[in-house]
Amino acid sequence: MSKIQKMHVTMTVNGETVEGLVEPRTLLIHFIREHLLLTGAHIGCDTGHCGACTLDIDGKSVKSCTMFAVQAEGSSIVTIEGLAAPDGTLHALQEGFRMMHGLQCGYCTPGMILRAHRLLIENPNPTEAEIRFGISGNLCRCTGYQNIVRAIQYAAAKLNGTQFQEAAE
Amino acid sequence: MIPGAFTYHRPKSIDEAAALLTSLGEEARPLAGGHSLIPMMKLRMATPEHLVDLAGIPELKGVCQNGGDIIIGAMTTQAELIASELLAAQVPILRETSLVIADPQIRYCGTLGGNVANGDPGNDMPAVMMTLDARYTIVGEKGRRVIPSREFYQGAYYTALEPGEFLVSVTIPALPDGHGFAYEKMKRKVGDYATAAAAVVLTKKDGVIATCALALTNVGDTALFAEEAAQILIGSRLDAASLARAAAAAEAIAAPATDGRGTAAYRTSIAGVMVARAVRRAFERA
Amino acid sequence: MNDLTPTKEQREARLEGMGCKRKRVEDIRFTQGKGNYVDDIKLPGMLFGDFVRSTYAHARIKRIDTSKAKALPGVRAVLTADDLKPLNLHYMPTLAGDVAAVLADEKVLFQNQEVAFVVADDRYIAADAIELVEVEYEELEPLTNPFKAMDADAPLLREDIKGKMEGAHGPRKHYNHIFNWQVGDREAADDIFASAPVKTKDTYWYHRTHPSPLETCQSLASYDKVTGHLTIYGTFQAPHVVRTVVSMLSGIPESKVHVIAPDIGGGFGNKVGVYPGYVCSIVASIVLGKPVKWVEDRMENLSTTSFARDYHMTTELASTQDGKILGMRCYVLADHGAFDACADPTKWPAGFMNICTGSYGIPVAHLEVDGVYTNKASGGVAYRCSFRVTEAVYAIERAVEVLAQKLGMDSADLRLKNFIRREQFPYKSALGWEYDSGDYHLAMNKAMEAVGYRQLRAEQAEKRAAFQRGETREVMGIGVSFFTEIVGAGPSKNCDILGVGMFDSCEIRIHPTGSAIARMGTKSQGQGHETTYAQIVATELGIPADQIQVEEGNTDTAPYGLGTYGSRSTPVAGAAIAMASRKIRAKMQMIAAHLLEVHHNDLDWDIDGYQVKGLPEKRIGVKEIAWAAYHQPIPNLEPGLEAVNYYDPPNMTYPFGAYFCVMDIDVDTGAAKVRRFYALDDCGTRINPMIIEGQVHGGLTEAFAVAMGQEIRYDAAGNVMGASFMDFFVPTAVETPHWETDFTVTPSPHHPIGAKGVGESPHVGGVPCFSNAVNDALSFCGSVHIDMPHDAWRIWEAAEKLGLHKAA
Repeated sequence: MSKIQKMHVTMTVNGETVEGLVEPRTLLIHFIREHLLLTGAHIGCDTGHCGACTLDIDGKSVKSCTMFAVQAEGSSIVTIEGLAAPDGTLHALQEGFRMMHGLQCGYCTPGMILRAHRLLIENPNPTEAEIRFGISGNLCRCTGYQNIVRAIQYAAAKLNGTQFQEAAE
Repeated sequence: MIPGAFTYHRPKSIDEAAALLTSLGEEARPLAGGHSLIPMMKLRMATPEHLVDLAGIPELKGVCQNGGDIIIGAMTTQAELIASELLAAQVPILRETSLVIADPQIRYCGTLGGNVANGDPGNDMPAVMMTLDARYTIVGEKGRRVIPSREFYQGAYYTALEPGEFLVSVTIPALPDGHGFAYEKMKRKVGDYATAAAAVVLTKKDGVIATCALALTNVGDTALFAEEAAQILIGSRLDAASLARAAAAAEAIAAPATDGRGTAAYRTSIAGVMVARAVRRAFERA
Repeated sequence: MNDLTPTKEQREARLEGMGCKRKRVEDIRFTQGKGNYVDDIKLPGMLFGDFVRSTYAHARIKRIDTSKAKALPGVRAVLTADDLKPLNLHYMPTLAGDVAAVLADEKVLFQNQEVAFVVADDRYIAADAIELVEVEYEELEPLTNPFKAMDADAPLLREDIKGKMEGAHGPRKHYNHIFNWQVGDREAADDIFASAPVKTKDTYWYHRTHPSPLETCQSLASYDKVTGHLTIYGTFQAPHVVRTVVSMLSGIPESKVHVIAPDIGGGFGNKVGVYPGYVCSIVASIVLGKPVKWVEDRMENLSTTSFARDYHMTTELASTQDGKILGMRCYVLADHGAFDACADPTKWPAGFMNICTGSYGIPVAHLEVDGVYTNKASGGVAYRCSFRVTEAVYAIERAVEVLAQKLGMDSADLRLKNFIRREQFPYKSALGWEYDSGDYHLAMNKAMEAVGYRQLRAEQAEKRAAFQRGETREVMGIGVSFFTEIVGAGPSKNCDILGVGMFDSCEIRIHPTGSAIARMGTKSQGQGHETTYAQIVATELGIPADQIQVEEGNTDTAPYGLGTYGSRSTPVAGAAIAMASRKIRAKMQMIAAHLLEVHHNDLDWDIDGYQVKGLPEKRIGVKEIAWAAYHQPIPNLEPGLEAVNYYDPPNMTYPFGAYFCVMDIDVDTGAAKVRRFYALDDCGTRINPMIIEGQVHGGLTEAFAVAMGQEIRYDAAGNVMGASFMDFFVPTAVETPHWETDFTVTPSPHHPIGAKGVGESPHVGGVPCFSNAVNDALSFCGSVHIDMPHDAWRIWEAAEKLGLHKAA
């Protein structure tokens, strides 16, 4: 085990160049959480089903528990800690999740928000069905998703500069 | 869940990868999207000593047309298949299938090559490739060779790939204009493998089915090419009787295991239902 | 006063007190990735523990060889039962009065049971080392069928208590028997059944499932050899109970044990008990003098720490020909797995299963429960419900449907006919509870009106006719459920955990400048206590909620409390907040009287201050009172402004609700689609409607999962099947239905603010509603009862048995 040489990795995380020395088998989620101490992303299932570990890597939503840190060599990563503006202003999604009660225990939230972030970049005006399909790689045990959908709709409206219309019950 | 230790290689060309995989032998595994292999490694059900990551090889990516053939690089992701306008126009069944594979995050990473070549009977693309009569271009110690998809699968996780060989690309022969297609997949939830699924590509002439290819997912050790079921449909106007006979013929070749998705009897019956629904939809589209 | 003086309404709005949809304060950190969960904590020199687990369900351990693991560089220790025995820690007490193995002692009793604990420098080395521990087993015959547990020739599971025929709840009938529990009047019930004109009897299996919060169970123990202090961070729904138990087991004085429950990523009952991982991380830290972290993976979570349900409930109803229910009998065979580790109040071996007479005025009833051991993981926890209430409600709500079917009566009408009437409250049930308040007819009628119940039945009749004519392959089911919960455990006269009464507590301190801190004995796992508790204080004390800090989960600062589960936070801790606030308000009144130079009886409380009766302009605000409390000598009053309250509730609270589900089932695939779901909840006084709605959405989603497929299965050899999120059904946003919510308000008469609790109601009421919809869909074909989980293949199989595929 120790006979295998560690490898040097360099990547950009939230706009800053970071580097580290890792075993090839080091999972990216562990590199981010334990080497870089960015603990926003979580581990929920270990098998790539829950999406709590979702990061935004080179314009894709990626489950970082199913990727080795060495695979991310040279890539550009955004974590939940890098989503708010440099002056601290919350991203529309962060605001939307709070306004629409889109979270409870908060454990899935960083992964959910990062996934929604990529979804809204690819599809700025998603329908409810498109949102549900678009976040189907992220499990939430608390909210039942309904308010997460509203949170994403809220954010979409804010990003598009339109009025958010709450769907009638 | 922590994988065992391994040495990581990241070749820059197909030749370099082939040389590595050949010299490292059975202790090495090619790494594509990793979403099948890495969970297996975390469960320590797979413990390769070397991983040869194919992500750094540009030649393995992309979709192009060569004459009538469509050629797709093995490292092309499902998200790229979904986004490809060329595929949407020429082989739309690939988009329909990709959209029911796994979930959004996994589709960004999961590759066509990984899906067709790792031999998991739960993967969706092998059945689709069989209906399309796709050919797989493989590289290894002896150079390149081409294997028809319908001859590639030999058992669960057991394919025509020799040690050291890996998939380079998939070639799909031209489909007739106006063909009908469908991929019907019954699953418990997003992210699940099929309880049973059916792929169909057919053409119609004067309201009669002229050609038809059918294959089944996850109801046997490999994807199953349902030749007899297809033959029953050819020449029919899709009357209820021939559709029922075709579904029964498909059920006859299905041999699923009992698992969390249901009993063998249930999954066999679902294979028939998926065939009937896929054929009906393809017929309407043709 | 001038134009700038805030109006009453403005002052009230400024408080963000009870009844308003206050946005959550927790979200500010959670949305920025700044939550602080156990695995986020990194202490200097921290080590990691991991378990070697049993391959077999039942086997004798012949030999454990740890030498290769110990030789691996980076491994600090490998613990086995033999290492724990001298400390008397190889077994630990369970909440149910049994003991459970910490590390398997001579035998393993379920697959994945903890056999050895490896401690290493990091989690990668620990994972490598567990592969190097060699365990030699001798396989024994597994016992997986609870109905065979008490056979004469059944394999003996618990050798450790073989000769102990007096269990924690009375005599044991067999070496695999745990307890027999009976409530009600058997003779009277038998008499009713002997003469009743209509009787039903069916066995409903409430299958084995798991709470599976997204964050698994985890702990981090840090023992300081110099000071003798032990600090434990963990996923604890009840941190004070953990402190007491740890102190009792370790001999470390409770004053030197500091338990911290940081942010918790969902609990749902999974994080009430004490698990081997917690104990081993603590022992390893004491032995090694370094912090030791233990983090479960998902497979470990699903297959070892606390399953829920596994009740086989034979339920009988007796009624008149016109549907008046005369009596109920229920016999339960409870599969507890290898140890009795139910998280019920200690005196209640089957929890509050005796709420099984439900919302109906059933005059005579009898309940009997037998608990047995099997070679499965232990548990039986209250997964988003109050101690077996979901089992009880499932039994009665299925039974009422079956009775309606037998009588040829509409099941909603049958319910309306038998409901406890408003004027009967407080209502004493045949099985011993006193229901506090309710207006069931109002709730049911409002719900029926809202969903258009009669029209739905008409539509269903048309669809059934079309199905029978062969025009469709879809059948429609209408699920009805009306539940009464029993939450807020509880009065310490009948509820305790290992002798600790189930009160809860609050300490409020008002600072000189008028802001405040409230410290609590409970612990949120996502319920939003930091937000809602502050709303109660805001209304009670006139301090804006955003100036009230709520602190939980720190046993060094919080008053002793029993934690959060069983929907007890609002009924018990919420009451403690109100009572502590009222103590402070009484003192504020004395201070205000001094400052305004009137008698305190001449003052009225007015939103955020006191005013002189009849002179609204002569008033003083809370801020001024707080300052004076500290900085102005007041005769006969000591300085300061704080209070603590330990609230021992006089009774449980009884939330209720009416749920309706409309479902379409494809008989050829067994796939069920929820077309509509309507939930009316009455949880008494509503503190934050936004959070209530969120709790209802979440509870319904978990109910949907449980009813429609979420299951922990075992094969005949005792292998646990499907313990990952591939197989264990946690629905995504795509499968999850849309939820409609509604409410009525019937305050609890004995609760200081009238609140009853809501977190678990949607789960308790939701499960039977989905199941009733599935059963209703197929009832017209002659089906009486189909067991959960209603995943597609089981629905298809039911349709197959009914002959519905022949025509296809």
